[in-house]
Order: sequence, then structure tokens, then C-alpha cells
Amino acid sequence: MFDVEKVRKDFPILHQEVHPGVPLVFLDSAASSQKPRQVIEAMDVYYQEMHANVHRGIHELSERATNAYEGARERIARFINAPDPATIIYVRNATEALNLVATSWGRTNITAGDEILLTEMEHHANLVPWQMLAREKGATIRYLPFTEEGKLDLSQLDSFLTEKTKIFSFTAMSNVFGTITPARKLVEAAHRVGAIAVVDAAQSVPHLPVDVQALDCDFLVFSGHKMCGPTGIGILYGRRELLEEMPPYMGGGDMIRRVTLEGFTPNELPWKFEAGTPAIAGAIGLGAAVDYLSALGMENVHRHEQFITNYALEALSEVNGLRLLGPPAAQKGGVASFVIPGLHPHDIAQLLDEDGVAIRAGHHCAMPLHQKLGISASARASFYVHTTTDEVDKLVASVERAKKIFRL
Amino acid sequence: MSDLYREQIIDLYEHPLNYGELDPHDFSYEEDNPLCGDVIRISVRLDDEGRVAGVRWEGEGCAISQASASLLTEEIKGMTLEEVKAFPKETLLDLIGVPLSMARVKCALLSLKVLKAGAYGIPEPEEIRGEDQQ
Repeated sequence: MFDVEKVRKDFPILHQEVHPGVPLVFLDSAASSQKPRQVIEAMDVYYQEMHANVHRGIHELSERATNAYEGARERIARFINAPDPATIIYVRNATEALNLVATSWGRTNITAGDEILLTEMEHHANLVPWQMLAREKGATIRYLPFTEEGKLDLSQLDSFLTEKTKIFSFTAMSNVFGTITPARKLVEAAHRVGAIAVVDAAQSVPHLPVDVQALDCDFLVFSGHKMCGPTGIGILYGRRELLEEMPPYMGGGDMIRRVTLEGFTPNELPWKFEAGTPAIAGAIGLGAAVDYLSALGMENVHRHEQFITNYALEALSEVNGLRLLGPPAAQKGGVASFVIPGLHPHDIAQLLDEDGVAIRAGHHCAMPLHQKLGISASARASFYVHTTTDEVDKLVASVERAKKIFRL
Repeated sequence: MSDLYREQIIDLYEHPLNYGELDPHDFSYEEDNPLCGDVIRISVRLDDEGRVAGVRWEGEGCAISQASASLLTEEIKGMTLEEVKAFPKETLLDLIGVPLSMARVKCALLSLKVLKAGAYGIPEPEEIRGEDQQ
């Protein structure tokens, strides 16, 4: 049994009045999640008892810091069922992971005339690095369309994947629609034409069980801060053979075996891609976040969010004039995006904030998606392990109040 | 009732002033606020003495950014180009007349930013494109 009230006790930030007399209702986890005290304490302990640089000192503290840093990597590997901790590269966030793949694998393997397949529902992080690569190499980018319901149009997949396609990079869960895409099928389709498959799992790893071996993907990326972890740490998972062949992404300390005035010998995996002193506290915090989510059970996390999302979509669909974006609850993660004609999302968010309700308003770093829908922005409420039906009720009441102020 | 959304702001949101295209014009500029997707274009025509003879704006966005564009375009009619270039942001914020958070100040001042960029003749930013985008 998932006890949401018990979970809420773990998140100190939730228990506050965000304006005088107005309790916080935090519905913006898809932008960045809050942190349970277990994560905050793990980073605190690191700074108070074991901080030193990793992989360098012979002294006790450096040993402790290195063990904590590498121990977190092993637990993160297990969390997504990676075959080997060496295939888990620490980066700043999913954005950096995608840039790493586009730069290191992309620049080595993409030539003029090649095709890169993306989808129309990608976050800017999974668009711009590929646009930069295509521009540099003279490659072509194609975009798999989404349907009116906010799902990928799989009927067109075979015509978009050709023998020219070298990369298929797609989201496992849309950050606007919440759509859970059939990632396993998409990876298979990419492999059939000899393309590599890159999975943007920034929204799925925090909310669903993810198994990179079952997916059979070549790369998978996610950010720590969306999954109860700190900012400044993210993960690139890569298939070992690919990572071995790829040139380093950034040069510096820790990513080398040996440096002479003539050149350098890169370090082995995973450190080949980790130049400079890394985000040690961040990695330890992400390790604690993975422990926290594993203890809750990712199946339970997903089930709770499905329950809340279903409740929220039903309640919001009762609001006159409100249009929901994306598929029904059963096919999506914990996201409810909507528009209300005559009431701009930015004004909705502002008025909701007066009631303590924190949501996101804007294009959510997915401008092409909004352009296709013919809107400039949307409002998005997103849910996590600590969201209650009571909070959803407050959201709906606040939306009704906003409508009244705008005479709708 | 919300302090921010006083009657005048909502009235202007529903019934904007000086809305539409202006052709011909002496300058025209468009910019958006990437935070929230607000977008505003302002076009201005000057008379023989170099004063604002015609001004129109179009765009979409939140009530604050849209009300601000109506108030600003109303205010600059008859001003010289130099006066437009020197238009103080405090004057516009006073016209809006409600307390604004930092994020909303950006919305409120988007119209002024667009107007001044046009008045100074700053080129609009260009899109960086891939070779064969489909």
C-alpha cells in the first residue's frame, strides 16, 4: 500500500506557507522535483564527513569520497538495469548527455546526406544538439509527426526510417502531453534500418520502471533533479562498444591515462567522459535519490501517479472551456497540460500562485510542439510521489477562480 | 480579488488599443519573451517633423504584456523619435499601476524593449538553420 501521507513527511519543503496563510501546493515536479530529506542528508554527510577530491588522494577522506561517488554509480546502474557501472557516465543533466552523444558519436559517424530522425514532440534539448550536428555535417533531420491525441504517428514510422537514417532520438515520455511512447518498439525499428537509438528518458526514469537491457537502446539519458536528486548531475547510459569507440567529449584531468607535450591517452570507461573534478555531492545525492525511489518501488510510484493523473484529468475536464492536451491517463505519466481560450497560461499560473498552487506556464521548452497545436503556450500541472487528490481539488478550484477574474 | 488583475488590465486584454498592422511604416520590430512565449510586434510611422504619427502593435501573450503594449502605444503618439528612444521604463510601469514580480516586469516591459529596438534600428535576430531541414 502506497502511503502518500508518509511520503509527504519526507519532503520538508512541502510543509510551508508559500504566502502568508497560504500552504504550498507544488504541482511542478516535471520541471524539477523536490528533494526528500534522505537525499539532502546524504549530501550533508558527504560535505561534513568525507569531502575531498575523488580518484586523486591517497588519504582517507579521498578514499571515502571516491567510494561514495563510485558506489552511487553502481546503484544508479542497477536502478536502470545497466549491465555494467562503466556504462554509466556522470554528466550535468540530460541536456549535456544528448550534447555528448551528438558531439562525440555524431561528429565521428555522421556525414553529408545522412538522416537523423527525431519526433515533433521533443524537448529543445533533443532538438538543438541534432540541429547543430546536421548543420555542421550537412545531414538532414526528419521529424516523426504526432497525432491529434498527442501520440506518435506510428503508421508513418516505416516511411521516416530509411537506410539513410543513422540516429533515431526520441522521448520516452513527452514533457507536455505526458505521452508514454512505445520505446521498445521504436528502438527495434531503428535497429532494423541500422540506426542507433537514443532515448530521452528525462521524464520516464523518475516515474516508471526503466530497464535499458530490455529496451535494447544504444544510449539513454536522464537528469537527477527531476527524480528527487540534486541539480547539476545527470546520467548518460551508453552501450559499451559504442562508448569504447567514441572520442572524448571534453579534455582535462581525470579523463586521461597519460599526458605528454605531444598528446594524451584517454582514460578507460566511464572516466574517459568525466573531465575535471565532477559533481561529487551531486552523484552521491542522486545515489540517495535512487535508493529512495527503489524503496518506494517504481511500480508503486507509477501506480500512484496514474491514480492522481486520472483523478486530475477527470476533474479538469469538468471545467468549462478548458482544453486538455495529450492522451487519456492510462497512456501517460503524471502530467496535465491544458489551455483555456481567453486566459493566457502565464496569467493562469500567476493567479494560481496567489492560491499557493505552483504550476508551469509557457512552452515548456517544446516550441515546435506548441506551434503545431497552433498555440504559443500552455499551462502544465505535474504530479509526483507526494501529490494528493486534495491538492488536485485545490488546483481545480483555483482555475475556476482565475476564470472568474477574467470574466469567463 | 487579485491585486494584479485590476479592471483596467482585463479591459485592455479584452479590448486592446492600437492593435493591428501598420503599412507603410518607418520601423517595425518583433521580439518574444522566451520564458513564456509572449510575442509583440510594434510598427511606427513618423510625420514630416519626425513625430509618431501612427503606431500599431500585434502579438499575443499574457494580460500584463498585452495591456502594457496598449498603454505604451497610446502614450507615445506625437512623441519625437528621440523621446521614444528615451522613454523611461518607470513611466510604463506607473501606467500599468500594479505591483509586479520580477518575472512579470519582463512581461510588462517587453513592449518597450520592442519599441526601442525598432527605434534604434537594431536588426532582428536571425535563425540558425540546418542545411536541408525538412
